[in-house]
Amino acid sequence: MYMFKYVLKRLGLMIMTFCIIVVICFVLIKLLPITINVPIGEDAAKLEAQFEARGYYDPIPVQFIRYLKRIFLEGDFGIGTQIAEYRFRNVWDVFVEKLPPTVLINVYSSLIAIPIGIILGIFAALKKNKWQDHVISTGVMIFISVPSFVYAFLVQYIFCFKLDWFPLTMKSGFEYFTWDMFKSMMPAVISMSFGSIAGYARGTRAELTEVLTSEYMLLARTKGLTKRQATVRHALRNAMVPIFPSIVGEFVAVLSGSLIIEKIFSIPGVGGLYLAAINAQDYDFFMLLSEFYILVGLAAAIVIDLSYGFIDPRIRMGAK
Amino acid sequence: MNSEELLNISKDKFNFANNSDNLHDKELVTKPISYFRDAWNRFKRNQASIVATVIIAILFLFSIFGSLMTPYKVSYKDTYFRGTLPKIGLSEKLGIDFYDGCQDKSYKLETFTHLYAMGMENKHYAVKNNEYEEVKVSVDGEDTIYFNFRLDTYQMNGSVFKLFNKTEYLALQAYQNETGIQVIFPMTEYDYRPVNDRENANYWYKTSNAKGKPVISKNADGTYDFSSLQNIYLSYSDGYDNYNSLRIEGDTPLYDYAEIRQNGQYKCRVNYYEYYIYYHTRIAKDGITKPMFYFGTQFESGRDVFTCLASGARFSFLLAIVVAVVNLIVGAIYGAIEGYYGGKIDLLMERFVEILSAIPFMIVITLLKYHMKDSSHILILFISFFLTGWIGMAGRTRMQFYRFKNQEYVLAARTLGAKDRRIMFKHIFPNSLGTLITGSVLVIPSVIFSETSLSYLGIINLATGNLTSVGTLLSQGQSYLTSYPHMIIPPALFISLLMLSFNLFGNGLRDAFNPSLRGSEEG
Repeated sequence: MYMFKYVLKRLGLMIMTFCIIVVICFVLIKLLPITINVPIGEDAAKLEAQFEARGYYDPIPVQFIRYLKRIFLEGDFGIGTQIAEYRFRNVWDVFVEKLPPTVLINVYSSLIAIPIGIILGIFAALKKNKWQDHVISTGVMIFISVPSFVYAFLVQYIFCFKLDWFPLTMKSGFEYFTWDMFKSMMPAVISMSFGSIAGYARGTRAELTEVLTSEYMLLARTKGLTKRQATVRHALRNAMVPIFPSIVGEFVAVLSGSLIIEKIFSIPGVGGLYLAAINAQDYDFFMLLSEFYILVGLAAAIVIDLSYGFIDPRIRMGAK
Repeated sequence: MNSEELLNISKDKFNFANNSDNLHDKELVTKPISYFRDAWNRFKRNQASIVATVIIAILFLFSIFGSLMTPYKVSYKDTYFRGTLPKIGLSEKLGIDFYDGCQDKSYKLETFTHLYAMGMENKHYAVKNNEYEEVKVSVDGEDTIYFNFRLDTYQMNGSVFKLFNKTEYLALQAYQNETGIQVIFPMTEYDYRPVNDRENANYWYKTSNAKGKPVISKNADGTYDFSSLQNIYLSYSDGYDNYNSLRIEGDTPLYDYAEIRQNGQYKCRVNYYEYYIYYHTRIAKDGITKPMFYFGTQFESGRDVFTCLASGARFSFLLAIVVAVVNLIVGAIYGAIEGYYGGKIDLLMERFVEILSAIPFMIVITLLKYHMKDSSHILILFISFFLTGWIGMAGRTRMQFYRFKNQEYVLAARTLGAKDRRIMFKHIFPNSLGTLITGSVLVIPSVIFSETSLSYLGIINLATGNLTSVGTLLSQGQSYLTSYPHMIIPPALFISLLMLSFNLFGNGLRDAFNPSLRGSEEG
């Protein structure tokens, strides 16, 4: 019951936070003067009439209520007005179109990073203070510190240009599950996974070394388990408690992707769309994507928080 | 008892609590170690952190004094020397093939002759040391001759056409007479220059087609004989070129050194390397003595990467330090109030922080950018860092206050009548100083990283006039990653080293200030 109440409370708070931020964003956006980029061959007056008809010149509260109504009743988040490529297209449709590359790249990179990272971490913890541990820990320190775009440059230069294993940028098109497409996504996936591998390795090592020195490990050995049995059955399971939530959180955060990596490898994803919306000042796109990023951020935090309680019965959520 | 009486208590009312000679307490003979001394002693033992500190110090010194080490400025541009490779004077002196501004190239006859002939004319060898290797490559039974050599990117401009008025023209001649360095070379016959490349000043030799295939004969062993190139110099006809200075070898009959335009200007062929030196030492007088770019130049504009990086780094450091200090102050006060008073105040303030911290940084900066269109991006950057940056510090301070506020010494201070403010800042705050210092030091790399990312993405544009940023350099470098990788190496190395050493430094600081946290990875 504790758990249920706690989940409800967290969700309620999250929704409240989300609403407040969206209102702030909406008001701040609507306070800005409306700029109309008139494309060649279009009539400025016609465009203005269109804006007028969509109610862009009404008072802000009226606009906000209409905005909510459209979202909830018609699923209409507005239309693109400034980015040449997506002018007059439904913002939501464009967004959904851009989602797969971002998600795929992040899912692939997580799939690579999680097992490698955890295995390295376990290995380092078991060989604590031996040379293997020092090598892994040094590597982890380097990979966690150096920004991901530096790997991206290296990967692009070495793997894509010098060795010519992959194309320099991602293939365009919508067939995401072909071999060529997969290959062209690889550079971005590799560049993104370096940091995550290091993160998982560091977390796993820290947890496991702590668990390995705890008293129940001694008990497990005393009752006759071999070191291997004790490690696998007791230490690993307990060490995973803090690691697992971060994996779950990662899978929520895959949606948001990385703006820089998407830019370097020209990935037609959400990040690129967001940058385009920012630069072109397309407010409907900006609102939708901002809502998306805020929601992903909040959801990731809440999922991480809650998954602790589900994984580890020792942690009683919300208990005083 | 009033205070008058308290001051005048007679001596005989006092007596010793313990009058025996055997005091079991010993007087402290060791010197007391201050908090910071203690932390330093621990910090010293951590070798990685010491190395990291040294690296940070070097990077910091570079950012401050870097721009003094070269005569170039951020605003300096020279499109002739664009994409020039890095070079230091030492390699030139030692004569080694490393860091000498050269790169290995393999070209066919046309391009190679073009480069090789430059050195034949003006003794500035674009082909390093005038050394090359002629190889025959057979593809599908067809033989092509390639020339392998080291291309000196500082000399590859060769000659260019320049327009001078009469005073400038005479001044340049006077410079030649004074120093004995030849800058002006004879003009070439317009009609003999290759049709596709008429405005290229480097064709002083006869060519046979539109693309500039040289007229050249072969040696007995089948290699090309470059001494057989025939010149296409314009011969001295009317005596109006006003030239009275150094002439090239074999100048008989006299060649024409300038083409006089109808507006009275002189069009000359000048060796760009020498002209550059002349221009910067005699005309601009900006302290540049010769082209020498420690990190090479950028491709679009020919800016000096070293100077740009130093300036970008200086800006990054400055911004980060200011942000860290402001965040420390604001965050500490906010967190202190939250943590000390607790209860309803804490709840309310914590909700506020929660909402603020849930706004992605990108949204904050974009909204600010939209609303402050006219202000400089530096200000926007600073405000957005400030708006969300202090939250972390506030949280940290709040935790520390919760930890310390119920301890006995605080109770003692309160009993003695200390006011809230005194307890907060005199008693609790110094105890949490270690954590707070560690926290605010780690703000520096995160600010630099965000600033770099933002300027890389082009959301913030700091590259105006006399300023640039590491992110802008990275983004420019990335556009030419495959052809000019030298542009991206210095900024990428800078940011990587900085992040790495700050992480190590931060770990060291944390261990030094909070020995109980040693080994745990959470800051």
